[in-house]
Amino acid sequence: MENGNRELEINSSGPIIRIQDVTKTYSADKSTLHALKNVSLDINKGDIYGIIGMSGAGKSTLVRCLNFLETPTSGTVTVGGKDLSKLSEKELRKTRMNIAMIFQHFNLLMQRNVIDNICFPLTIAGMGKKEARKRAEELLQIVGLEDKAKVYPSQLSGGQKQRVAIARALANNPEILLCDEATSALDPQTTKSILALLKDINAKYGITIIIITHEMSVVQEICSHVAILDNGSLAESGRVIDIFSSPKTKEARKLVLDDGEKIAIMKSRHCIRIVFTENSSFEPVIGNMILEYKSPVNILYADTRNINGTARGEMILQLPEKEETAQKMIEYLKERKLAVEEVEGYVD
Amino acid sequence: MWTKEITDMLVQGVYDTLYMTIVSTLMGYVLGLPMGIALAVTDKKGLRPNSVIYKMLDIIVNIIRSVPFLILLIVLIPLTKAIVGKSYGSSATIVPLVIAAAPFIARMVESSIQEVDKGVIEAAQSMGAGLFTIIWKVLLVEARTSLIVGVTIATGTILGYSAMAGVVGGGGLGDIAIRYGYYRYQTDIMLVTIILLIVLVQILQGIGMMLSKKLDRRKIK
Ligand SMILES: Nc1ncnc2c1ncn2[C@@H]1O[C@H](COP(=O)(O)OP(=O)(O)O)[C@@H](O)[C@H]1O
Ligand SMILES: [Mg+2]
Repeated sequence: MENGNRELEINSSGPIIRIQDVTKTYSADKSTLHALKNVSLDINKGDIYGIIGMSGAGKSTLVRCLNFLETPTSGTVTVGGKDLSKLSEKELRKTRMNIAMIFQHFNLLMQRNVIDNICFPLTIAGMGKKEARKRAEELLQIVGLEDKAKVYPSQLSGGQKQRVAIARALANNPEILLCDEATSALDPQTTKSILALLKDINAKYGITIIIITHEMSVVQEICSHVAILDNGSLAESGRVIDIFSSPKTKEARKLVLDDGEKIAIMKSRHCIRIVFTENSSFEPVIGNMILEYKSPVNILYADTRNINGTARGEMILQLPEKEETAQKMIEYLKERKLAVEEVEGYVD
Repeated sequence: MWTKEITDMLVQGVYDTLYMTIVSTLMGYVLGLPMGIALAVTDKKGLRPNSVIYKMLDIIVNIIRSVPFLILLIVLIPLTKAIVGKSYGSSATIVPLVIAAAPFIARMVESSIQEVDKGVIEAAQSMGAGLFTIIWKVLLVEARTSLIVGVTIATGTILGYSAMAGVVGGGGLGDIAIRYGYYRYQTDIMLVTIILLIVLVQILQGIGMMLSKKLDRRKIK
């Protein structure tokens, strides 16, 4: 992948994307809607940056400001050292070739076959037909669809369509890949495989990836950093590992613990957080503990996967109501060299 | 009483009708396609919103479309004379046919283009595609099926208009139907021309629909 547009790299020192005080308002008739309110965020090269929030929080608006599909009402977006608002239309188009984008509904050309879809951005960039085809075949290999070159998008599954979209997005060797709910139309299994592909692309080509999602599991699966968008404002941002272990804001807490809303059924208020270090094989520990004390525990929150390469997981457990058993369990876990810490406020 | 002259006349009628219809459709698209694209692009929600250009085109299209074809035919006689040199015969009929068809074609093109998925357009923009690339490689390609259906409808309509031109000696099957059926009460000849008109429309529609289906890649074969 050497014949690409590497201009941004040269100009950039510091974050590859800098969002400064970006506000976006939509006015309809008499009312104005603040889709984004003074959002500032730095994204560094090579990050997989998640932007999470509820539906209508402004995620799509924010990501569309990053390639100026949407022009901010105020504030600046700097990509690779270039203030996008200062670019001429031609320069902006050139810059966009370096900021690829994939979408929830794939947005493939339905009347063109797979290989022509992938050739499309290459011809926009001015590449000759033959060369473009060769490059497109290479890209199909990267996404594992070598045998689908002549097939039309309507004949592909959702996951395959997204793979074509990813191949198309990578065509001009972008430095940045924007993903707007790229897995939201896919089933969990396919989601996993697409996320794995994105992670692979990030690792292999060093492409900075911005992932818009409303699902915490997506952030947990591949993001190194996350920003939480709430009602147009940035609630919190930082490393995923930090936000997961100590969410500071109410919004972050709500998202991190979203799955735990059904907790109230178990009456005990006795909760602990256990942190797994590099070497602990944790699953048998919990399982064995339950077997040993013949009493269930409630897993309120678990990140049993590795967070972005750091083998550190954690779990928040709600222990049995019976104090004696609870204490024994804490002992049991401590004996197995797990960091145990009592936590409050997870159960009402 | 069915003579060779009558057969020859009907063959000539079919030929003239096809000639007027096909040439007018083609020229109608030469004018109407860019107009339709311009309407879709300058629309409020288009790629380059421009209310001045949009309104101008919109008014022109609406004015011409609201004039009944028969009246347009008569109103345009001076223009037709200036262009073709005479105001009767099939070549002369092409002038009012094109002028009547172009705005109607423009509207169909506009609506075909508006049907194109906004997401696909956005994807092209995100790749750095310019306006003309998007028009040629996205809008016209993605709207292909709908555009061909439009051509089919336009052809049928223009064929109908061309028959109407028979009233002023426009040539073709309509001319024959009016001369024989209306002025001479030869109902049999009129019936034959009507059947020929119906068959022509059916054939043209059939070809159009088949093409649009064949070229549509959205459906799994
Ligand atoms: N083009 C637009 N015109 C008017 N309102 C819009 C437009 N795009 C988005 N909005 C509004 O801005 C808010 C944020 O939208 P969006 O960024 O799509 O949210 P999310 O992607 O987080 O679901 C919503 O209230 C939405 O209705
Ligand atoms: Mg969205």
